[in-house]
This record gives sequence, structure tokens and C-alpha cells, in this order.
Amino acid sequence: MVWAEVQYGLRDIGDYWCVNADSLHGVSTRDTDWDGVRLHVVTGKGGTGKTTVAGALALALASGGKRVLLMEVEGRQGIAQVFDRPPLPYEERKIAVAPAGPTQPGGDVYALVADPESALIEYLEMFYNLRHAGKALNRFGVMDFATTIAPGLRDVLLTGKAAEAVRRKRHGKLVYDAVVMDAPPTGRIGRFLNVSSEVSGLARVGPIRNHADTVRKVMHSPETAVHFVTFLEEMPVQEVLDGVAELRELDGGPIQVGGIMINMVRPTELSPSQLRAAETGSIDEHEIAIGLKTAGIDDSLRLAADLAAELTEHAVAAAGQEMQRQRLAEPGQPRYDLPLIADGMDLGGLYRLAAALRDQGAA
Amino acid sequence: MSQVESPPHLDMDRLIDDRRTRVIVCCGSGGVGKTTTAAAIGLRAAERGRHVVVLTVDPARRLAQSMGLSRLDNTPRPVPFQEREQPGDDEPQGSLHAMMLDMKRTFDEIVEAHADPDRAAQILANPFYQSLSSGFSGTQEYMAMEKLGQLRRADEWDLIVVDTPPSRSALDFLDAPQRLGRFLDGRLIKLLVVPAKVGGRAYLKVLNAGFGMVTGVLTRVLGTQVLTDVQTFVSALDTMFGGFRERADYTYQLLRAPGTAFLVIAAPEPDALREASYFVERLGQEGMPLAGLILNRVHRSPAARLSAARSLGAAETLQAADGQAEGGSGGSANGSAHALTIAALRLHAERMQQSAAEHRVSEHFVAAHPHVPVAEVPAQPDDVHDLAGLRAVGDSFFAG
Repeated sequence: MVWAEVQYGLRDIGDYWCVNADSLHGVSTRDTDWDGVRLHVVTGKGGTGKTTVAGALALALASGGKRVLLMEVEGRQGIAQVFDRPPLPYEERKIAVAPAGPTQPGGDVYALVADPESALIEYLEMFYNLRHAGKALNRFGVMDFATTIAPGLRDVLLTGKAAEAVRRKRHGKLVYDAVVMDAPPTGRIGRFLNVSSEVSGLARVGPIRNHADTVRKVMHSPETAVHFVTFLEEMPVQEVLDGVAELRELDGGPIQVGGIMINMVRPTELSPSQLRAAETGSIDEHEIAIGLKTAGIDDSLRLAADLAAELTEHAVAAAGQEMQRQRLAEPGQPRYDLPLIADGMDLGGLYRLAAALRDQGAA
Repeated sequence: MSQVESPPHLDMDRLIDDRRTRVIVCCGSGGVGKTTTAAAIGLRAAERGRHVVVLTVDPARRLAQSMGLSRLDNTPRPVPFQEREQPGDDEPQGSLHAMMLDMKRTFDEIVEAHADPDRAAQILANPFYQSLSSGFSGTQEYMAMEKLGQLRRADEWDLIVVDTPPSRSALDFLDAPQRLGRFLDGRLIKLLVVPAKVGGRAYLKVLNAGFGMVTGVLTRVLGTQVLTDVQTFVSALDTMFGGFRERADYTYQLLRAPGTAFLVIAAPEPDALREASYFVERLGQEGMPLAGLILNRVHRSPAARLSAARSLGAAETLQAADGQAEGGSGGSANGSAHALTIAALRLHAERMQQSAAEHRVSEHFVAAHPHVPVAEVPAQPDDVHDLAGLRAVGDSFFAG
């Protein structure tokens, strides 16, 4: 365990804002949109591919010889699935290597599946040297308590773990260049990240209050940014807009909004005029039929009608997507397109998404 | 069509027309269209003469949006819908209400119902209670179950369609009432309540040696002030614990009772179907009635007889022909003679590939659960934002 070396104590709070200069040690000449951000929180509507995008972002951030921690907080072993690994324990272990460029070294992605129980025991050990007591608390149902009557404790333990990883130093140097957190879905993100403020409100004084204050400072600092993953569909886009507004108006102060990652973007095969024609259903079926016949396909007339119907559906969807794209411009945040990996998402696809993020300046 | 035998068809109309069906629980992982499905089922059932209330727990107000209501609250609101014109239609007129769970309001009501006014006021004013009842994740599941129980007891509707919270996993919903029970039996509760009670000291001695250490740690970690707030809160709630327990048990029994039907909602994606699989297995273990799986957003093609490979091959042939016609310059597909056909063929191939990928994923589910009835809902080119859209969703999956 590296914990013995961890400089993570209440004494450090004051020092923390002085260490930022250290974090610049690994900055390459290349500018990205999020230079200076060290905790990347990735959220989005359920099912939009948060975990995949978080994994790709971690890979993208790691290239150039960086060390990045990818952290998961919902206990679903999503990282293991995305990186095609067996289930991961509560332990930081290397799961991927970012590709080296012609002039740049590769980098390392570590993964951690954080669960509140382990985080609590670790916390008690670290602060109070109370490992046994932690186990006793567990036996007494403290974790049940946390997840039933005080689920906020669970959240603060998880955000606290991220804050710890971001600030952790060894031999005077930061251990991780960046931490990427695969966070809860947008519907819960404000509450999840703001929980330290909530706990601070509950506990007016005492050690929990101090801990919560530290976590809160990290979450609300310019070193933290929350990225949103979405599709170009109405509901996920609405959640992005709602989520952005929520983060900007949090009771505990705003939390920095990051980029908007548009997942599974399909390139259109049609020209703008073809799209317009298709949208209104005025596609020239005859033209398609001639083409099909030329290519030696039978039944060209009826098939042309069916293909025209598909084109119309495609164009209607594309028009809807264009509208959603415009709505996503409203918050004024950078937007990144992630291409659809049509033949099924795998590790290779993940590296392609990482490259796309880097090409567009997200990392 | 597939190597795996086709699953039985989920007959949704039979389910909603059966007057014995009183509760439909829509569950599944986030982002699979649970809320829209719940709303579409509600609308369809109302159109077929049921008196329906749809309960959503979704904070994103999606249900309200699709039902044309600006917002929903903790009280069922009527959703005006036009009766369908059907020749020879003599079905009785149905009704549709919709509501969104207000977690805090629901919690407050339980407190008010179970404690005398003084004690209720004391609990409601406790900072710990306020934070817990309005903010934290997890409370939502209990309150959703509580609300479902209330609606069922009220007996004003003959069908309740409930959409489960967007929790990290579909299983949270099922576990919530049980977890509450376990928590109430927990030693921690005793630990926290004891010091506040008269004669607590004597009881304290009976507990094991870990007790002193735990109290010590709690004081040290939480600080005296927090511990006092928690103790006040817990001991104030203590009197109503019996009530809580009873309600949790009632709701759990309700979920197992005849008349309740679980629908597992999924999209043809690995994560969603994996979650659906877990849920189906869990329902089996708990002896809870599973009606079937609704597979949303399935891509189909009206030209499925043209395979992806042939389609791509034809596109290549045409592109080569165009290239020759332009003197071998190749050029972009758009400028050439067969541009439209080439685009159509490529799009078709893409759709066929997607459809095949979806089919592969669904087959895993069907192979593991061959007896679970399935209804497929084709992907809609447009988003659902009104009752007509909702009705179209209903039509498509009920037609199956």
C-alpha cells in the first residue's frame, strides 16, 4: 500500500493551493482546452457511454508520458468491461498504456474501483490509525447506515477519495497528472459533487466538517471540470443543459463545466440538398432504381422504394440531430465529436476515441 | 431469422386489458427509455378504458414533457387525451393521470402520519432529517415504493404504471425496502438510540465489547455535535420505526402479489441487456411476477432482403463505374452519376450492420432466458415530445 507515503492530512489544506506549480511539471508544449484541470469528472445521461468516454479520456490524457488514474464510483465494474479485464478490486492498478507518439513517450492509465466501505476504512486508518475500528463500524452496520439513512456519507467518501488521489504526493511530487472519474449520471451529479457542501451544512464543526471542506475546495476549484457525454437526441441533450445549469447555480458555489462529448456521431453520406430532398420524402426513387440495376441488383424498383424510405428516416433523424447540435452550443462550452464505432466497441475502438479527443484538443 | 429459437411474444394489450393487472413496474438500467415506455403504456391503457395513473420518479421531467404538461408534482394530474375514433368502439371511457414523486414531500407526510404533532415538528426541523429527505440518493427508492403503496391503497385507479428511479442498477429499486428493514434491525440504531434513552446505561453493558470502541470512534470522527444531531434524529424517528417497517413489508408484499407485473425495459446494447438479465434472475429468486422484456430502439430495415455485404459491394461497383465515367478521377461520391444510389446503399449497409449487432446482443439474452416473452419497439427516427409520439410508441410495441 502506498498509503504510508500519502500526504493527505488536515494539515495539508493550507498547503494545497501552493502545490499547483508542481502539477505543471509534466505539461507538454501542446495546448489543450483543459490544461490545468486535474480532476476530470465525466457524467451524462445513463446509457450514453459515460464509462467508455471516461476510459478514452484517460487514455488521451495519459499520452505524452503522463500517469492518469481512472476511477469508478458506482460499483458496476464498468471500467473492467470497457478495458476487457476481469473485475477489478479496490486497488489502484495499471490497466492500459497510452500509445507513444513519434516524439512523445507513452503513458500509463491506472484504474480504481472505489467503494464507500473501503474508502471509509482507509479514511479512518489514514486519519486516526483506526483500521480495526473501521471494521467494527462495518460490523455495527455503519455502512448500511450510510447507504440508507445517510447516503450522503457514501458520496462524500467517494468524492473524498477522488480529491485525495488528485492531491496525493510522493517524494514531493504529485502521483497522478490527472484523475478521471466515471461519475454518477447527470440526474444525480449536482448532488453527488455538492455533497461536501451538504455535509458541511450538517456538521458545523469537527473532523468530518474539515474533511468535507477539503473535498469541497477541490470540487469547486479550477482544477476540477465536469464533462458531459451525450447523444444528439432530445432527452440526453436536455439533461446536459439542465446539468450545466445546475452546476453553475449550486448552493455551494459553481463547479466548473468542462466539455460536451457528443458520442456515437455518424457521418452522413448525403449532401445537404439530398438531405433536404430525403427529409421531405421527395427522393428520386427512379434514380436509385437505375443505380441498383446498374449494379446488377434484382427487384430494383421495389428495393429503391424501400431504400428511399430508409433515406427519409435517416434525413429526419439527421435534421433532429442538427437541431440538438445547435442546442448544445447554448452553454458556450467546447464540444467534441466521438465517432460511432460501427462494428462494436472494443479496446481498439477505445484508442480511436482517445485519438479523436486528442485531435480535437480535449486532452 | 436467428440460430436461437425465437422468444415467446409479449402480448402487451392482453396485459393491460386484463383487469386483474393492477400494477405495472417498469424497470431497467438508465437510458433505455423506461419513462417513455411507462408513459406510452399508461396512455394506451387509458385509451382502452383503464383508469390509469403513471408515477414517475425521474427528476428530468421527461414524462411531463412527453405528456404535454409543463411540470408534474406529487399529486396525480389529469392528462387530457383525445379518444381514438374506432368504428364500433363501445369501450368504456378511460382516464389518465400522471405524477412525479416529490421525495421530500412524501417523506414529510410519512413523518406527519406516524408521529404526534410535537415530535413530527421536532423531526422535520432536524438538520439531519432535512438533508436526508431532500438531498441524498437512495432515499428516492424508499419514497417511490412508499408512493406506490399509497396509490395502491387509495384504490382510485385500477392500473398504476410506475417507472423506477434512475439508480445505478435496476436492482436498487428492489432492494430498497429490504435494506430499510435490515437497517432498522441494525445494531447501529440501537447504539445511537441507547444513550438518549432513560436506563440506556444498563442496556449498554449488555452489548459487546466493540460497543465502547464504536461510540468512541463515532465521537472522534463525527464530532460531538453531529453525533448529537444524529442521535436526536434517530431517537425521534424511533417511535415511527414500527410504522416504517410495516410499510416496507407491505410494499414488498405488494410487489409479489398477483396483479403486479414487472416489465424489464432494455435497449439492444450489451450493458442494458446485462442489467436486464440480472433483473430477470432476481425477480425469479424473489418470486416476483415478470411479464416480459420490452426491447426498445431496435433498428429494422424495410429492405432487409438486401444484405450489408451485397449493399456495400453494389456501392463499390457503382463508384468504380462513376470513376471510369469521369476519366478515372474517382472524385467524391456526391458529384457522380450514381451518388444518390451509392449513399443509399452505404446507409443501408450501415443499418444492416447495426441491426445484426443488435441481434447478436439480444440473442445472448434470449438464449439465457428462453421463456421470457419479448416485445420489440423499433427505433423512432424522431424524439417523442407529445402525446401523438407517445401513442406511436405504444402502437409500435403493442402491434409487436
